[in-house]
Amino acid sequence: MSDTESIDDDVVLSVEDVSVHFEPQQGFIDSLLSEPQTVRAVDGVSLDIAENDVLALVGESGCGKTTLGKTIIGAQRPTDGSVTYRNQDIWDAKDDQGDVVIPFGEVRRALQIIHQDPGASLNPNKKVITSLEAPLKRWEPEMNTEDRRARILALLERVGMVPPADYAHRFPHQLSGGEQQRVALVRALLMNPDVILADEAVSALDVSLRVETMDLLLELQKQFNTSFVFISHNLSNARYLAEEAGGRVAIMYLGEIVEIGAPEAVLNDPQHPYTKVLRWATADLDPSAEEMVDPPVRSIDVPDPVNPPAGCRFHTRCPEAREVCTNDTPELGATDQKTRCAACHRTDPDHEYWESNLLKGVETTNPSTADD
Amino acid sequence: MTNQTTQRRPQQLEDSDVQQARNDTPNAIVAVRNGSVTYDLENRDAMVLDDVSIDLKRGEILGVVGESGSGKSMLANAMMDAVEEPGITTGSVRYYPESDGNPVNVLELSRGELQSVRWEEISMVFQGALSSFNPTMDIRGHFEETLTAHDYDVEAGMKRARQLLSDLHLDPDRILESYAHELSGGMSQRALIALSLILEPTVLLMDEPTAALDLLMQRSILSLLDDIKEKYELSILFITHDLPLVAGLADRLAILYAFEIAEVGPSEEIIGNSHHPYTRALLKAVPTLETPPASMEPIEGTAPNPAHTPAGCHYAPRCPLATDACRTETPPWDDVNPGHRTACFHPEKVPEAIRFDGGENGS
Repeated sequence: MSDTESIDDDVVLSVEDVSVHFEPQQGFIDSLLSEPQTVRAVDGVSLDIAENDVLALVGESGCGKTTLGKTIIGAQRPTDGSVTYRNQDIWDAKDDQGDVVIPFGEVRRALQIIHQDPGASLNPNKKVITSLEAPLKRWEPEMNTEDRRARILALLERVGMVPPADYAHRFPHQLSGGEQQRVALVRALLMNPDVILADEAVSALDVSLRVETMDLLLELQKQFNTSFVFISHNLSNARYLAEEAGGRVAIMYLGEIVEIGAPEAVLNDPQHPYTKVLRWATADLDPSAEEMVDPPVRSIDVPDPVNPPAGCRFHTRCPEAREVCTNDTPELGATDQKTRCAACHRTDPDHEYWESNLLKGVETTNPSTADD
Repeated sequence: MTNQTTQRRPQQLEDSDVQQARNDTPNAIVAVRNGSVTYDLENRDAMVLDDVSIDLKRGEILGVVGESGSGKSMLANAMMDAVEEPGITTGSVRYYPESDGNPVNVLELSRGELQSVRWEEISMVFQGALSSFNPTMDIRGHFEETLTAHDYDVEAGMKRARQLLSDLHLDPDRILESYAHELSGGMSQRALIALSLILEPTVLLMDEPTAALDLLMQRSILSLLDDIKEKYELSILFITHDLPLVAGLADRLAILYAFEIAEVGPSEEIIGNSHHPYTRALLKAVPTLETPPASMEPIEGTAPNPAHTPAGCHYAPRCPLATDACRTETPPWDDVNPGHRTACFHPEKVPEAIRFDGGENGS
């Protein structure tokens, strides 16, 4: 990611203005009486994933980060917008529309996923080796049994499961949580994927195992030149992965990306008030400097995603909100690999925000605004 | 062990109890002495809490930090004599209702006495509010049922319930009419905290009360707890696996490793001046926003199984400083500073051998 000129050739996955809206099933009477309750899980998100990239998606539960992650790797069809893998529209390939250069099967192979709960993603009745053989049989049917086993054992050894032959013949319940996660990782890596989506892959693990698992992810990312999309609600974990890999952190709120950029910029100098809130929520190991201060939000509960607030979606909780924020939606701006962007009117010194009246309930003397 | 003697009124203490009670810290509200919990397996005993002595002081928040399986929930259960069969609790738990009064021996209470101490004096909040609430009863029903069961005045109690819910940033009208599944995780957890305080307890034991929630909600609840503790004059024991989460809230921290307390002291001391190898390893293993990634490292090895706890110091097999003494004898308490004790044979070597700069002086 050092050369800025060849960024376009570099892009593996490109997400353009995608939205994912869910309409819950309604009974017949309901459908007559009320408007459909559309949940806007993802709304108008654009971003690129380059070769060897690491993107950490951070947000509260229900902010749409998992839906966006699945959309990025083509496991969720967007209701709007497009997802392209090496210039091939994924859903055109699936529907066999237009000139399909890369078949959908190839796309599926190249984009893999590791789930949050490794135990649930492995068949409890099958030995590790059987679970791992299945995808190889499906995608490389010409490979003979010996080669297949050799490849699996080599990978198991690579992720630190030694002796591999011993682990290969265990059942999932005979493995610890960390070991199960490694098997899930091996299963994804067997496909030589270009991008792996790791959905909360370390949050279920014990604290002392998290750094170890993240180090393993980073090591494999370097060895296999795989890009990672890492979903987390934990800013510390996201920062660790993104900073070590030279990647980016993206902050999501109610279906939108509100800030994106290098972890150093986003976390050390957050521009969006919501990023500041998440920053506050992430505890530091410094009890002396840290008195428990009240959260820098006006409401600690997230609004209903069925009816997201108009204008800036954060305005109902934002400690800096002014009247203009209730109807004027801020744009995230450029989304290339380098620049940090924040979707907040406060980043524009000439915006009418600065002339707008404070919202009711927002304190006029906000100490944090004094030096901005 | 004292709790194996026959039933007697808690207020009538035997001489030995009075003697022991005098050794408790003067401002302790709950004093645990030599608390152990054992499960009798087929061929050997499994100790899931091993000779733990700790005080919860009046008006403080004590953070108990340990990894999964370190026995931290057992400690909370033992404090309410709520260890499930066939677990056997030994040692003593003394609860001081008044700061200058006589203690109640929790482990020797009859069923009825225990019933009134729980909820009315010592209350407990668990992780996962959804499983604590009855799915077929609205939240109001839970408050009313609790008040009726303990012969409290329902009308006055519901007034208090509304106040508690507002203190926790909840809308009482909406919450009381709701069923648990209709609330978000953060809302139902806060409703559960309000419910645990409805009978005006003085001690609140919280076992991972925020673990299933988002970081933002966790921290918000913690900052509310800080306010609530002052307002309702509570003493709180906060159990968690998340050291950074509780470090800013707790007055003191106790680090639990493999069923024993490794180190206990004021939070600043534990974070900035730890003298136990495990505490330091834990501090280094936890990702935070401040610590440089290069200085983080995982802890080698795994924690012991309760049926195969190593002899001597439980941390010895993973400890880079372990000597023969560590592997055979139980380490003594070493007073690092007033109120700061570590269970280690060579605490003076620890800061030098296991460097941790992530605390106050992030050099």
